[in-house]
Parts: sequence; structure tokens; C-alpha cells
Amino acid sequence: MKAGVVVFPGSNCDHDAYYAVTQNVGAQAALLWHQESQIPSDIDAIILPGGFSYGDYLRCGAIAKFSPIIGAVKKFADAGGLVMGFCNGFQILTESGLLPGALIRNNNLKFRCHQVGLRVETTNTPFTNAAEKGQILTIPIAHGEGCYTAEPHVLDQLEAEDRVVFRYVQNPNGSLRDIAGICNASRNVLGMMPHPERATDPLMGSTDGLVVFRSLLSALVAK
Amino acid sequence: MKAFVYVTLKKTVLDAQGKTVTQALRGMGHAAIADVRQGKYFELTLAEGTDAEAARKEVDQIAAEVLSNPVIEDYRIEFGE
Repeated sequence: MKAGVVVFPGSNCDHDAYYAVTQNVGAQAALLWHQESQIPSDIDAIILPGGFSYGDYLRCGAIAKFSPIIGAVKKFADAGGLVMGFCNGFQILTESGLLPGALIRNNNLKFRCHQVGLRVETTNTPFTNAAEKGQILTIPIAHGEGCYTAEPHVLDQLEAEDRVVFRYVQNPNGSLRDIAGICNASRNVLGMMPHPERATDPLMGSTDGLVVFRSLLSALVAK
Repeated sequence: MKAFVYVTLKKTVLDAQGKTVTQALRGMGHAAIADVRQGKYFELTLAEGTDAEAARKEVDQIAAEVLSNPVIEDYRIEFGE
């Protein structure tokens, strides 16, 4: 498996993701600059990393969505390619319309940076097939604007279609219905506020994030 | 000509910052203030000689696609000098 990690000006988890994939998961990775307009043909999955793309100016992800690479990521996703957005990556996916809803300021106005309990709500995704339904993962969050919000009918649809992938055990930011991660209708695009790439080595305090990458690997093998 | 764009959170979206400002004002004794909603303001200066009708369309598109996120925000545009 070779993951393409997109690098925006202001990304700060791009190297974390690259390191996690290459060192802790044992797969390959490449960094993709935001000005590139094509995804190299040897890339199996895309990671939109955390950080503050374009300084989070205007809105988180609002300027990133107009970058050339996002056009390429949309095509990649439309063709069934696997795309994961962590933290700022999730914000970019909602801004780009690849995922529904939006991430707004945490209801407590605090930048929350700590481990959270994350419940796996569905294993019917390429990102959680190696997990168990109801399993509690310990994975860190680090965000000031991670309050997931969407119209009630959108939330109902996400639940009805089994597209809520992760929920917080204890809601840290006011996210509606405790939602921490969702996928698209085709189930090949995942967005989540927590950072699985930062929970891939015992030195990081948890290796629970590995299950996301192991799921990805087995999904790609099955393809 | 200038375009003034006001972007506000939809009424159904929680405005955590506005709520905090409301509480601060009440703490300061401003009992008359029942609620505060915080938003963004953009002032766009149009290039000399820009056709007014075309500019209106263009600014509306910019407000809808760039300056606001239709999932959570509404916008309003005024034109002036």
C-alpha cells in the first residue's frame, strides 16, 4: 500500500501521517504538494492531514478546497479511491462537499488537546473493518473547531445509512449526536477529528490508531 | 464601487463565541443585551471601470462559494462607495 499524504501550506501532521504509515504501519507513503493537479498512479489511498491549511483563514479548509490537489482528490474519490481526512483534513472534506455537515468552533471555546475515548460505530467501512463494533479506541484530539454540525435530516440520514463511523465516549466539543467521524454514501471517504496517526506507537501513549491503517490495508488487499 | 458582504451563522447553528460575549456583557451589567450573534464582514473594492451588473453577479457568486459556507452560514451583500 502506498498512501499519498497531501501537504498544504500550514499542514502540520503531514509528517506524522507519513511517519505513521512508513514506520509504524510498514507501508509506503509519498508527500503530495497541494499545487499538484494529478494523483500519481501508484497511490492507493489519500490522507488529508491535520494542521492549519492556509492558516485556517476565512474558515478551516475554506481555501484548501480550491487548491488543485483537491480537484484531483475529488476525481480519485469519485473513481472509488480511498480518502481519509484527519482533523483539518475532515474540515477540508466537509468544505469541499465530499462529506456532509461542517465543523465549527468547539462549544466550550477551548482548544482541546488530549486523548479521547472513541467508539467504533460501524465496521462496514474500509477504515474500520479490522476493528470490532462497539470497540473503544484511545486516540488523541487536537482542535479548536471540531464541533460537528449538520441539519437534523442530514444527521438522521447518516445514522440510517450506518455512516457514523466514530462517536466520542465523552463529547469534548459539542459535536451533534457525539459524532467524531463519518463516511460518505459510497463509504470510501472518511473524515474524523481525532488523530489515528498520532496513536500508532507505544511511545505516543496508544497504538489504537493502527486499526484504521490495518483496516485500510486489508480493504486494499480485498480490492 | 465597493461591495460589503456580511456573513452570519444560521439561526439554527450554535454561536459559541456570541454566547460568551453575551455572558460577558451581562457580567458587566448590560442587562439590556439579551443575545449576541457574531459574524464576519468583508469589504470588496471593485476594480475601476467594472460593469456594475456583472460585478453584482460576481460578488454574489464569491459570497456564496467562497466567503460563506452554505451549510452553516447566510450572507447579505450591500453595494456602495
